This record gives sequence, C-alpha cells and structure tokens, in this order.
Amino acid sequence: MTTKTLNASAAGTSVIPALFAVVLGLGILTLTGHVQASALHDAAHDVRHATGFPCH
Amino acid sequence: MTRRTMYATQPASPATKAMFSRILTSGLFAGAAAGLITALLQLYFVQPVLLHAELYEGGELVHFGAEAVSAHPDLPGLFADPVRDGLSVIFTMLTYTGYALVMVALMSVAERQGHAINARSGLLWGVAGYVTFHFAPGLSLAPEVPGVAAADVGLRQIWWTATVATAGVAMWLIAFGGNMVSYLIAALLLLAPHVIGAPEPESFSGPVPTEIGALFAARAFGIGMAAWVLLGAFAGHFWQAEGKRSLAAA
Repeated sequence: MTTKTLNASAAGTSVIPALFAVVLGLGILTLTGHVQASALHDAAHDVRHATGFPCH
Repeated sequence: MTRRTMYATQPASPATKAMFSRILTSGLFAGAAAGLITALLQLYFVQPVLLHAELYEGGELVHFGAEAVSAHPDLPGLFADPVRDGLSVIFTMLTYTGYALVMVALMSVAERQGHAINARSGLLWGVAGYVTFHFAPGLSLAPEVPGVAAADVGLRQIWWTATVATAGVAMWLIAFGGNMVSYLIAALLLLAPHVIGAPEPESFSGPVPTEIGALFAARAFGIGMAAWVLLGAFAGHFWQAEGKRSLAAA
C-alpha cells in the first residue's frame, strides 16, 4: 500500500521533465529541420533532403 | 536569506530531478549513437545519389540533351568535402537527438501507465517514430533530390508539421488506445492530410532524371527506417540502463 502511494506521488511530479524534453526535442528539430536562415540551411542541407524535411 | 527565497519557490522533488536526468541522459545517448550510425549510412547510400542529382541541378549534366548521358559519372567519394560531410554528421546527430528526446519523454509517460520499455519494445517505438516523422509526411511530400519543382517551402513546412502531429497522435492511439473508437480516430488522422493533399508545384521543371529521383526517395525511406528502428532500440536500452543506474545510486 505504502509503495503504491509513493509511486503515485512520484508519477505526479514526473510530467514536467517529460514535457520539458518534448519541447527541447522539438526545438532542436525546428533548428536542424525547418529554420530557413541561410547558414543553418546550408549546413543542414544534405541532412534535410535525406531525412525528408521540406528544404527549399 | 538566500535559502529562504529558494524554498519560497517550491523546489523540484528528488524524484522529478531523477526523472529529468534519466530522460535527458538516455535521450542524448540514444540520439547520438543512432545519429552517428545514420549519418554514416546516409553518407554512403544517400549522399552519392544527391551529388549525382546536383550535377543535373547545376547544369553540368543535361537529361534528354543531344546525346545519352552516362549513368556513372565520377562522383566525389566519402568525406571528399570534409566540411560539408562533417556538418552533415553533426546535424544528423542533432536531428536524431531531437527525435530521441521526444521519444524517451513519451516512453516515460507510457512506462508510468504500466507499459514495458526496453530495447525490444523500443523496436516498435522506432517503427512508430519512423511512420510519424518520416513516412507519413513523405508519402505525399516525397523525399526530394535537389532541383525538383516544389511548392513554397513555408506551405510545405506547415503541411509537414500538421502531418507529423496527426500521425504522432494516431500512432499513440494505435499503440495504447485499446478500443475500436481510438483505432478509427487513428485511421482518420493518418488519412486526413493525404486526402486534403500536400502543397504541390504549379508546374514541373526538375532537370534530374527520374531514375535518380526514385533511387533517392527509396534510399531516404530505407535508411530512415533503419535509423528509426536503431533509435527506438537504443532509446529503450538506455532508458532501462539509466533507470537501473539511478536505482543503484539511490
């Protein structure tokens, strides 16, 4: 019983790290895959084509 | 004094901190490892096709010109342009780290709901991630060689993002929905972007032979699937390993 309660409370706190990681991950993907600034675009060009991001 | 202000804003619990470090560490390991392997696979299998296409994009080779063009021009080898290929390696590792962070975060949510997360179940996570991020948008916005005609990049990015989002929700519903209604919603979400249709170019102007374009799309999809399956297995493995490590440390 006690363990169950502890697990439940741990579960309650652990949404924020997951949310943070999703935002961070999507932020990285926006930079590597989508931002059209020419320095970024040129550096990521081949990767965008090979990974199926819309490139130019 | 400082101590009091620190505690006035509620400090993160040890469980939350441990979860932060478990997600970030396993995401970074999985993303860097899968990204490095993927980068090498792409450089070997995809990059030569892209460089070949660029010869037509730049006008060095002309398709349907006066005479037949050899299908085997001299192409620069692996790492012949170290800066370009090095940047590709770095950006592939970054991209797959981005994927990994999203995947591991969702794995942590699934595990809290009682689903086993390990290297083996990670294989399925990898397939689901591949469908979400690569195959679903690529089904209507096919992986394209440089030089092909395409609609405005902003419009395509909007369609791409919406398709990835709907496919992601659909894959989650298929995996964890567990009833007919959720499967039906998933099917509708998977179909909708393609029924609505991706932004298309006004006219065709691509100078690249169709053989090269087709090989590029096939290679991009194939290497993408291998990459995602690796990423899923690595993510599941490191998620397990990091969990055991922090338990042992506690």
